[in-house]
Amino acid sequence: MRDEHATRTNLLLLWRPLAFIALLLLLWEIGIRRQASHLLPGPWGVVGGIVDLVRHGLLLKYIVASLFRVTWGFALAVVTAIPLGLAVGWYRRAEMALNPILQILRPISPLAWIPIAILWFGVGDLAAIFLIFVGCFFPLMLTAIDAVQSIPAVYVNAGRNFGLSSAALVYRVLYPAVVPKLIVGLRITLGIAWLVVVAAEMIAVSSGLGFLIVDARNAGNRYDLVVAGMLIIGIIGLLLDLGMQSLEKVKSFRWGYSED
Amino acid sequence: MSSMQPIAAPLPFTLKTKLSVDRVSMVFERDGNRTEVLNNINLEVGDGEFVCLLGPSGCGKTTLLNAMAGFLSPTSGEIKVDGEAVRRPNPRRIFVFQERGVFPWLTVEGNIGFGLSKVTKAEREQRIAYYVKMVGLQGFEKTYPQELSGGMKQRLEVARALAVNPDMLLLDEPFGALDSITRLVMRGELLRIWEAERKTVIFVTHDIDEAVQLADRVVVMSARPASIRQIVNIDIAHPRDISAPRYLELRDGIFQQIGLAHKV
Ligand SMILES: Nc1ncnc2c1ncn2[C@@H]1O[C@H](COP(=O)(O)OP(=O)(O)OP(=O)(O)O)[C@@H](O)[C@H]1O
Ligand SMILES: [Mg+2]
Repeated sequence: MRDEHATRTNLLLLWRPLAFIALLLLLWEIGIRRQASHLLPGPWGVVGGIVDLVRHGLLLKYIVASLFRVTWGFALAVVTAIPLGLAVGWYRRAEMALNPILQILRPISPLAWIPIAILWFGVGDLAAIFLIFVGCFFPLMLTAIDAVQSIPAVYVNAGRNFGLSSAALVYRVLYPAVVPKLIVGLRITLGIAWLVVVAAEMIAVSSGLGFLIVDARNAGNRYDLVVAGMLIIGIIGLLLDLGMQSLEKVKSFRWGYSED
Repeated sequence: MSSMQPIAAPLPFTLKTKLSVDRVSMVFERDGNRTEVLNNINLEVGDGEFVCLLGPSGCGKTTLLNAMAGFLSPTSGEIKVDGEAVRRPNPRRIFVFQERGVFPWLTVEGNIGFGLSKVTKAEREQRIAYYVKMVGLQGFEKTYPQELSGGMKQRLEVARALAVNPDMLLLDEPFGALDSITRLVMRGELLRIWEAERKTVIFVTHDIDEAVQLADRVVVMSARPASIRQIVNIDIAHPRDISAPRYLELRDGIFQQIGLAHKV
């Protein structure tokens, strides 16, 4: 009874955005037919572009190339920035010492690092991975610092009261207490990583979805491929975000997102 | 039934001393401001005794309890438990927090079993089941705290404390956030548990009635910097009749001691 109700609401929820997308596609097609075909390829053109990419075996190859770089850059940032941020947040003096540097480095767009990335790593995967790493490192570290500092003292005191060793305190109290905030930070940061990889691929490598977009333009103004690339970037970004979002539903994390 | 028999108010010198607070003072210094919070506190608590610390808001009750637990060290003086100086927290004396101290990332079972990592799995499960039952949370074993009511969370925290079998419970206004009916029920539950397990209980409150209903002795503290104004023996057997003349007499005595007329 309840399930039936739930599926019906789900369908209703899906119905609206789908109808809206269909409407936009229709308006797009109409607009292009009437006059603006030199400004943008039409939806059918874009579909054709995607089919073209699949036929040449490029679509999967480029998606894998982009995801490969994002995975490495993001993972490296996660395993360095989070432990470092947790430690720095825990020791208030370290935080006071580091904070000014972090505040200066943080607002520098990862794209400003492109020349240095190429200088250090040459044109190739490493440069792109480095750029993603830089783009993810600072937001993750700041999230981790903030997460530790906002752990209520009662949890730490309760942990100590039950006789936990320092190591046990870290993995039985500090870690579970920061996870909900970290997940939010990870979700935002993965979004940043996906933004950065496209930009990095436009300059520092010759494969991937970002490369696809500049290459399609440079090699013969194939704007159908440009828009196809953009669309695929958008869809993959959405899927990544939905994946991270599903972590927020895990029962032992959910307390961190309650409304009250 | 033990609760029906009159319990003579235990005097500290008839019981083995569990806790002794010896000339304890506490001064906080922050941003160049000196705050004197505790001023020469002397107190002995017997083994198995139920003592209420009663005092106005902000006088230093939580500070004193924190020092007893080992979370803070006094600026001067010494606190001893079983003759040994308190230097750090210890699972033999568990602090039950004024704020919600249950871990929201663990279920009811997980919380009660939190301090039981050193016992065997079988024993852990058995103790969890025992204390789930004692605090009346059967059926909620797999529930996360966010789905429990305030009173249930308080009971859960008490169960988590009892599960490690401490000698002493330090309770900081544990029922302060509950509605008045739940508060009454919880007082009864706490007394029932105390009579069953005979822990030494130090119970902080700023509610005079609560203190007189629960305690063997009520320690009346002054405003900050807190010193002990008086220690009142509550020589009434449990269950206490809260309209009995002796109860009212003791309660009014404390009201007067604190300098409040009990007319609104
Ligand atoms: N770490 C600290 N640094 C500076 N001052 C503190 C600190 N902890 C407590 N105080 C001060 O000590 C005084 C007593 O605080 P405490 O929390 O012990 O009072 P309390 O009797 O428990 O009050 P309440 O009934 O409101 O809980 C307060 O004035 C408080 O501001
Ligand atoms: Mg207090």
